[in-house]
Amino acid sequence: MKRAQILWPLAALAGLLVLNIIVTPSFLSLRIQDGHLFGSTIDILRNGAPTMLIAVGMTLVIATRGIDLSVGAVAAIAGAIACTWIADGGNAVTAMIMALGVCVLLGLWNGFLVSVLGIQPIIATLVLMTAGRGVAMLLTEGQIITINDSLYSKIGAGFVVLPVAILISLAVLGGVALLTRRTALGMLIESVGVNPEASRLAGVRSRTIIWTVYVFAALCAGVAGLMISSNVNAADANSAGLWIEMDAILAVVIGGTSLAGGRYSLAGTLVGALVIQTLTTTVYTIGVPTNVTLVFKAVVVIAVCLLQSPRTAGFVRERRRRKQPSVSVPRPQKVGVR
Amino acid sequence: MFKKITKAAGALALLATLAACGGSDSGSDGGSGGGNGDSAITMGFSQVGAESGWRTANTKSIQEAAEAAGINLQFSDAQQKQENQIKAIRSFIQQKVDVIAFSPVVETGWDAVLLEAKRAGIPVILTDRAVDSEDTSLYETFLGSDFVEEGRKAGQWLVDNTEGPVNVVELQGTTGAAPAIDRKEGFEEIIAQRPDIEIVASQSGDFTRAGGKQVMEAFLNSTDDIDVVYAHNDDMGLGAIEAIKAAGLQPGTDIKIITVDAVKDGMTALANGEINFIVECNPLLGEQLMDLAKKVVAGEEVPERVVTEETTFTPEQAKAVLDERQY
Repeated sequence: MKRAQILWPLAALAGLLVLNIIVTPSFLSLRIQDGHLFGSTIDILRNGAPTMLIAVGMTLVIATRGIDLSVGAVAAIAGAIACTWIADGGNAVTAMIMALGVCVLLGLWNGFLVSVLGIQPIIATLVLMTAGRGVAMLLTEGQIITINDSLYSKIGAGFVVLPVAILISLAVLGGVALLTRRTALGMLIESVGVNPEASRLAGVRSRTIIWTVYVFAALCAGVAGLMISSNVNAADANSAGLWIEMDAILAVVIGGTSLAGGRYSLAGTLVGALVIQTLTTTVYTIGVPTNVTLVFKAVVVIAVCLLQSPRTAGFVRERRRRKQPSVSVPRPQKVGVR
Repeated sequence: MFKKITKAAGALALLATLAACGGSDSGSDGGSGGGNGDSAITMGFSQVGAESGWRTANTKSIQEAAEAAGINLQFSDAQQKQENQIKAIRSFIQQKVDVIAFSPVVETGWDAVLLEAKRAGIPVILTDRAVDSEDTSLYETFLGSDFVEEGRKAGQWLVDNTEGPVNVVELQGTTGAAPAIDRKEGFEEIIAQRPDIEIVASQSGDFTRAGGKQVMEAFLNSTDDIDVVYAHNDDMGLGAIEAIKAAGLQPGTDIKIITVDAVKDGMTALANGEINFIVECNPLLGEQLMDLAKKVVAGEEVPERVVTEETTFTPEQAKAVLDERQY
């Protein structure tokens, strides 16, 4: 079941790549530029890194049957704090630590609302989604803060052969996979998602686990926010991370994690995030007219979601079952008739 | 259950009080200056909000110009909400100001309140953004930029300053936004004179730096021989510069860049030679607005559409004016 669900997003990813290669034969070609790799695929990895990172945090939140809508606003706040600090002559490392510290506080706030006060996650995080962008605007005084700091620009635009941003995202993804799959943590998260009350009665600390995943999601969003602002060397409180929560949720869902909580797939999230970024890049490279861009994206997303829905999966299995026995089944029947 | 209802009612009551506070706040705000001296003109101005550097500069320009012109300005910030603007305009009518000016948050839904102003005999001037109303007698004039003309200016520079075949990539603004549509139209109209100038790729970068950078990266990988980038605003142009640098090319030399707006960051890049040409979209329309207001109050005829005075900048001109640039 799980394997079938990740199959379709992978097929979609392959399909998009093939489409690109047909239109631009040099799409997969890579060259070395200033000591690092350069090409469309590298751009996809770099630009997809923030979404991927946020989607990893989102996967765990969704696994506990929650959702975090505030990640985009948190990303904007992180960028705003770091950039205003650097613009005022501060050190880049201090700026990043401060920004991430604030993100942890914001995550604590979200987690408090959800796990202690028991507010519906979608409402609890909506508070910060709306208010957070306002806070970011306040920090930057509504202006775009441009900075020039070589260390800071490494996170989003730097390279160590591969883009630094994607290395960070993959490291976090790998770390989370190890931590949750090699220990019981993953199972505990899933059990909280399936039934928090039953888990609590079974001795699982539901509240702590739920609280932790929101803090982790906010931290991921903070790092993603640093990547976004560092990529353009500027903090744009108005548009940084705008709608990225939707992309992240979509990546998680395309990856086969159910919004109803419980089972989650980190590999699926990885593929989902890559599909979304490849889709965006495809629009630019094959030259889809801007007025049909959204329709094009919607068609691809709907196709993937339809293909991996349980009904479709059941239908495919049904047909396969009918096809295979059609040779062997009638025979025993005939035997029976005789 | 009952508890829940009382709680909800309590919350609602609290909200209502808060809203009332907001209301009385803006009321007293408008009332403070009050009065309608015979000598000085009183203008009620309702601004959209403070969403960008451009807008902040716009507000500042209007406030300073009013002071310089000796006009008594009643300023109200609508915080992006039409209802706040309507409320502000009603309070201006009650105060019997001499002239009302505003930048409409949205295009529609103004007929009723503008009719009230008309009946009260108060002339209305629109700034920066237009309203969508069939009855043009509801306002005296509309002062703002001509986005098509901005596109034409960008196209004209390209036609005058290049030779031979030119491949242009275009970074469009937000799909469907008036500046994006008009700047594209004006640009295409002019470059049609030169069949050897071709727009080889055109995508939306949503008026943001990140958008401009991402689209430009994709163009650099998918399109051969890009000579010129035409970006509908400075921010997308600045994003494109980053992408071009990352590809190991020199912005301004290997690939020429034309943008619109002339905000400070854009002007700095222009002065550094990373952008080649900027068409100004001027937020400093305060002086023009005050002139118009005086004429309207004096009962003089004013044209139905007044275009903001705007110029263009080359790197040399940018260097000269960079230090005194306000926004």
